[in-house]
Amino acid sequence: MKKDIILCGVGGDGIVSVAKIISDAALSVGLNVKQSEIHGMSQRGGSVFSHLRISSEPIFADVIPEGKADIILSSEPMEALRYLPFLCPTGWIITNSAPFVNIKNYPDLGAVMAELKKVPHCVAFDANEIAKTVKARSNMVLLGAAAPYLDIEFGKLEEAIRNIFGRKGEDVVASNIAAIQAGRDAK
Amino acid sequence: MSKTLLLGDEAIAQAFIDAGGSAINSYPGTPSTQITEYVMKSKEAKEKGIVANWCANEKTALEASIGVAYSGKRAMTCMKHVGLNVCGDPFMNAAIIGTKGVLVVVADDPSMFSSQDEQDSRFYGHWAMIPMLEPSNQQEAYDMVFFGYELSEKLGTPILFRIPTRLAHSRAGVERRAALPQNPLSSPSDPKSFVLLPVNAKRLYRDLIDKQPAFNKSSEESGYNKYFEGTDKKMGIITTGIAFNYLMENYPGGKCPYPIVKVTQYPLPFNMINRLYDEVEQILVLEDGQPFVEELVKGFLGKGKKVMGRLDETIRRDGELNAEKVAKALGLPAQSGAPVPAVVTNRPPALCQGCPHTDSYTAVIEVMKKYEQGRVFGDIGCYTLGFNMGAINTTVCMGASITMAKGAAEMGIFPSLAVIGDGTFGHSGMTGLLDCVNEKANVVVIILDNDITAMTGGQPSSAHCKIYEICKGLGVEEEHIRTVVPLPKSHDEFVKILEEEVAYNGVSVIIPRRTCLVELKKHLKK
Repeated sequence: MKKDIILCGVGGDGIVSVAKIISDAALSVGLNVKQSEIHGMSQRGGSVFSHLRISSEPIFADVIPEGKADIILSSEPMEALRYLPFLCPTGWIITNSAPFVNIKNYPDLGAVMAELKKVPHCVAFDANEIAKTVKARSNMVLLGAAAPYLDIEFGKLEEAIRNIFGRKGEDVVASNIAAIQAGRDAK
Repeated sequence: MSKTLLLGDEAIAQAFIDAGGSAINSYPGTPSTQITEYVMKSKEAKEKGIVANWCANEKTALEASIGVAYSGKRAMTCMKHVGLNVCGDPFMNAAIIGTKGVLVVVADDPSMFSSQDEQDSRFYGHWAMIPMLEPSNQQEAYDMVFFGYELSEKLGTPILFRIPTRLAHSRAGVERRAALPQNPLSSPSDPKSFVLLPVNAKRLYRDLIDKQPAFNKSSEESGYNKYFEGTDKKMGIITTGIAFNYLMENYPGGKCPYPIVKVTQYPLPFNMINRLYDEVEQILVLEDGQPFVEELVKGFLGKGKKVMGRLDETIRRDGELNAEKVAKALGLPAQSGAPVPAVVTNRPPALCQGCPHTDSYTAVIEVMKKYEQGRVFGDIGCYTLGFNMGAINTTVCMGASITMAKGAAEMGIFPSLAVIGDGTFGHSGMTGLLDCVNEKANVVVIILDNDITAMTGGQPSSAHCKIYEICKGLGVEEEHIRTVVPLPKSHDEFVKILEEEVAYNGVSVIIPRRTCLVELKKHLKK
């Protein structure tokens, strides 16, 4: 089993938390994990990404080579396209369709969506809307939507959420679990 | 023992706690910050009474570590690569002393994700003639901290521990070892070794030279450097640190046909590399950084068998190493997905919405519009992003805003403004301001005080709540130390203050003070 996942979005949108949850779940079922992320200057509202590699075999590089990613999980539609060179021909894009516009020259959203439609395997949906209904952050909804593609039991993701958010109280755990369930059932 | 998911940085921090470390003194800098932060937040570290401090800069931090070592305890100082320049003095001299129990952890930033250059710290270690460790993964990073302290205490030398961004900021499962106790308080066996008067230093430098064979022997025998047999002798490969992973990534199942020397400990293992040279027709050197090993192996004249790497641009000389670059060097087919569609536009980092720096820069831009010749000398921090607003003209190194403004003012640049953050002012700004005062330079120094070191994630700033008093103490006239709250509503007030201080021929300081929003949100959550 091998899953190479690019998680991407805009600084501060919580993609690193998603990466941590998947990593924790993978480690709990005895898989090898490597997850790299970017800190510092590149964080401030700019494009951010994390490379997450899960495998039953030993993993060497901390970053995914181009053309090898199985999944691009993106919190923003244009950001999903930025990492296309990493996606393998059979790979999936799972992305939020709601744009995050913090630059003046953000492209026409229709053109962005048209490019996404060209990708053979793409799931695009408005995670912000669903997040509102369950009062959680959209990053967790996206995680739920990606869950069926991860080859990790859904219950293990719920456990990981409990491990990671447990300290913050039962309410936080419950809303995050509700969010991943809503994401899973969204399509 | 079960595995814990840790960043490379965190693996080093946990190892420091487990290996009997007593004190960690550091200055934050991406990608090294999470090491010290982890120790600060660790309950175990607290229970063990481990000292964990953010110091004013890398020099004061490393000197504290030498003091810790003087007391017989295990010390660690962490920094980013450019921080090693700041503590170059204690670093070189700790080597002469033969300081035991000190690990200097330096995180290099190939590809400059968050840095102004991609200098390779291994040149420093080589120059100082001390052993260096460069782990290839998170588990090795953990294990090598234990090994580093053993080596340091056994051979009487500080150790340079080098990691690149990708290891610092990548997580993997790490297996912990049984914890060691801390060393008891003791005095140096040779008290003269800490007195670098020429009479002692000459002897100690000779000692350092005489220790080299022992350093070499450890590199051959410790087991951290490895020779991998290969069937295809057309080429031999030397990898350093994480470069080994990028090589293996290209050979599923780890079946590389070429013989390999995997280097994670320096000095370079002479026998292993000599054997490789004898066995193969040519050598490829893979390293994530500058061509440090390649230069050593190739030699100045480059005679003998062909050595390929970054010097001959078999691998691009700049930028971080990756599996794709290694594939190209090996002549393996390239693989890539679809190209990035033209519709995708850049999303550069920017100051946060409502950031106090934006208000300060809005005032600076308005005033500077009136002066064609005026210049704004910037510094290192979030506010460097003011360049994208057209607010600053320069960014060179920590503290250079004030001193460059002084140099330029003395040549006739008017107005000559310096913009520096509170953290950077505490790190390297104070001495420069003293220079300005002593020479009565015609500068306006704007110290953006947001209460913390923001860029690296909100560490306390060493000059916190002391900036006004420091400026006064350094001799800036009190009527020319002005404070203002940087908010859109105080824009006119800010502009007026700035105009008044530009008009004053001498040293002025303006302190716009408002807490960083990211930090404020953290506090409100608590």
